[in-house]
Amino acid sequence: MSTAEAPDEDRRDFLYIATGAVGAVGAAALAIPLIDQMNPSASVLALASIEVDLSPIEVGQSITVKWRGNPVIIRHRTAKEIEEAKAVNIADLPDPIARNANVADGSEATDVNRVVDGKEQYLVQMGVCTHLGCVPIGNEGEYDGWFCPCHGSHYDTAGRIRKGPAPENLPVPEYKYLSDAKIQIG
Amino acid sequence: MSGHSTYNPTNPVMKWVDDRLPLPRLMYDSFVSYPVPRNLNYWYTFGGILMIMMVSQIITGIVLVMHYTPHVDMAFDSVEHIRRNVNFGNVLQKWHAVGASFFFIAVYIHIARGMYYGSYKAPREILWMLGVAIFLIMMATGFMGYVLPWGQMSFWGAKVITNLFSAVPFFGEAIVTWLWGGFSVDNATLQRFFSLHYLLPFVLVGVVILHVWALHVTGQGNPTGVEVKSGQDTLAFTPFATVKDAFALSVFFIVFTAFVFFAPDYLGHSINYEEANPLVTPEHIVPEWYYLPFYAILRAVPDKLLGVVAMFGSILVWFILPWLDTSKVRSATYRPIFKQLFWLLMIDFFILGVVGANPPEGWWITVGQIATVYYFAHFLILLPLVGLLETPKPLPSSISDAVLAKNADKQPAAQPAE
Repeated sequence: MSTAEAPDEDRRDFLYIATGAVGAVGAAALAIPLIDQMNPSASVLALASIEVDLSPIEVGQSITVKWRGNPVIIRHRTAKEIEEAKAVNIADLPDPIARNANVADGSEATDVNRVVDGKEQYLVQMGVCTHLGCVPIGNEGEYDGWFCPCHGSHYDTAGRIRKGPAPENLPVPEYKYLSDAKIQIG
Repeated sequence: MSGHSTYNPTNPVMKWVDDRLPLPRLMYDSFVSYPVPRNLNYWYTFGGILMIMMVSQIITGIVLVMHYTPHVDMAFDSVEHIRRNVNFGNVLQKWHAVGASFFFIAVYIHIARGMYYGSYKAPREILWMLGVAIFLIMMATGFMGYVLPWGQMSFWGAKVITNLFSAVPFFGEAIVTWLWGGFSVDNATLQRFFSLHYLLPFVLVGVVILHVWALHVTGQGNPTGVEVKSGQDTLAFTPFATVKDAFALSVFFIVFTAFVFFAPDYLGHSINYEEANPLVTPEHIVPEWYYLPFYAILRAVPDKLLGVVAMFGSILVWFILPWLDTSKVRSATYRPIFKQLFWLLMIDFFILGVVGANPPEGWWITVGQIATVYYFAHFLILLPLVGLLETPKPLPSSISDAVLAKNADKQPAAQPAE
C-alpha cells in the first residue's frame, strides 16, 4: 500500500499520460465534424451525372455543358485537327500522361487515349485549365487548340498542354456512350 | 514604458469603478498620459488612421449585412439593391468598397515606414511580427469580401486564388475541394466566404490589441531610432499625438471621401458589374490593385508550385526581417546605403504592381522576373550584407538633442535681421 510519504510515481505518470491521451482523442473527435462539414455535401455529390446529345454538333463546332459546376468542352474535331494531334511525338509533351478517367491510370497521352476509340471526332474534356482553373478559349493559341487567357497556357487539338504554366493536360471526365450519339458524363 | 500610473480620478464614480476594475486607468495610461517621442513625424500617424479605417470597415460591414444575401442566385442583385434601393445604401456600399482600398493604402505606408525607420529591430520584433500577421489577415479578409458581390471578377478571382492550393503536393486536389465545398466555386463557397469575412475582422481586432499592447510595452520608435532616455524626450499622447493623428486623419479622409463620392469605381474593375458566370472567364482577370505586386511574383515563376511558394514567401520573409537586417542602427536617416536600397525596393515593388496589372506576355514576363529576383535579393542578400559593410552616420546622443540640433539649423532663417 502506498502512503502519502511515498507516492507511487509510476502510477501517477500513467494517470497523467492517460488523461492527456483521452483529451487528445476527444479534441480530434470534435475537430473531425467541424472540418469535414466543409467537404462537398450530399446534395452537391448527387448532381454527379448528365446526359448530352452529340448529334447537333457539326464538324468544327464545340459546345460547353455544365457538370459539377464546371464547364465540360465537347468538340467535334475536324480531320485536320485529329491528324495534327496524332502527329505529335509523345516525348515532346510536357505531360505525357493521358489524364483520361476512362483509360488505365498512367496511360500515354496519345490522341486515341484522349478520346473513345472509333469516336475520335468527339473530344470530351473539362474546360478547366490545370494551372489555376480558368476556362480556356477554343480555336486559340499556338497549337490550334485552346488558350487560357489568365496565365497564358496553350493546349493542342487533343487538349494536351504544350506551352505555359499549366502542369497537366486538360482532364477527360468519366463518360460513356449510351447510344451512337449520346453520352453520359459522370 | 509602462511605468508608474499617474491616473488620479477626482470623480468619485470613476474612482469607485477604478478600484474594482481598473479599465479607466488602462485607458488613461494608454491614450492620455502615455509618453510618445517628441520627434514623431506624419509617417507615424498611420497607425491611428488604420485603427479608424478598421472601425469604419466593421461598422459599414455590419450594416451592409443587414441587406445583403449570400446566395449565388441573389448575391449580385442584393448588392445592386443596396446601391439603388436601401436608404443611404449607395454611400454605405461605396464607403465599404473604397474603404478597403484606403485601408490598404494606409497599411502599405505604415509597413514602409516601419522598414525605413527600422521599427522591426530589437526589442520590437514581436510587435513587427504581429503587424505582419495583421497584414495577412487583412489580405484574407479583403479577398473574401471581394467575392461577395458575385461579379465576374469576384468569381474568377476566387477560383484562381483558391486553385493556388492545388499546387500542394499529394493533397492539393482534396484541399481545394474542401475549400470550395464542391467541385467548383459555387454556393457553398460563397456562404463560407461570407461567414469568414464576418469573422476575420474580429480576429483582426484581437491581433491589433496585441499589436498595440506590444507597442506600449516597448514604447514607440521614432525617426532617429534612438531610444527614449529621459522625460525630456517625450510628450504626453494627449493632446500632442492625438491632435497630430486627428489632423493627419482629416487630410486622409478628404482624399478617401473624394473617391467615395466622386470616383467610387475608379479603383475597381468594371467587369465586376457583370454577374458571375462559371462557364466564361473574362479576357483579362486581375486581382484588386493591392494584391498586384504579389500576383506578379506568382506569375514570374514558370512552375506552378514554386510560383505559389514565391508568392507566399514574399510576405512571409517579413517575419524574419528583424534577423535579416544585421545593422545595429535602426533609422535609414543614419544609414546612407540602406536608405538608397529602401527606395530601390519601393520602386521595385511599384514595378511589380504594374507588371501584375498587365497580361503575362512578351517583355512583361522578363520585367516581372527581374523585379521578383531583386525583391528577394533585397531581403535575403542585400540587407544582411549592407548591415555589415555600411558605415553609419553618427547618431544623436538623445531625441531631444536631435530636435534641438534641427531647430538650431533653422534658427538663422527664422529670425529676420532686426
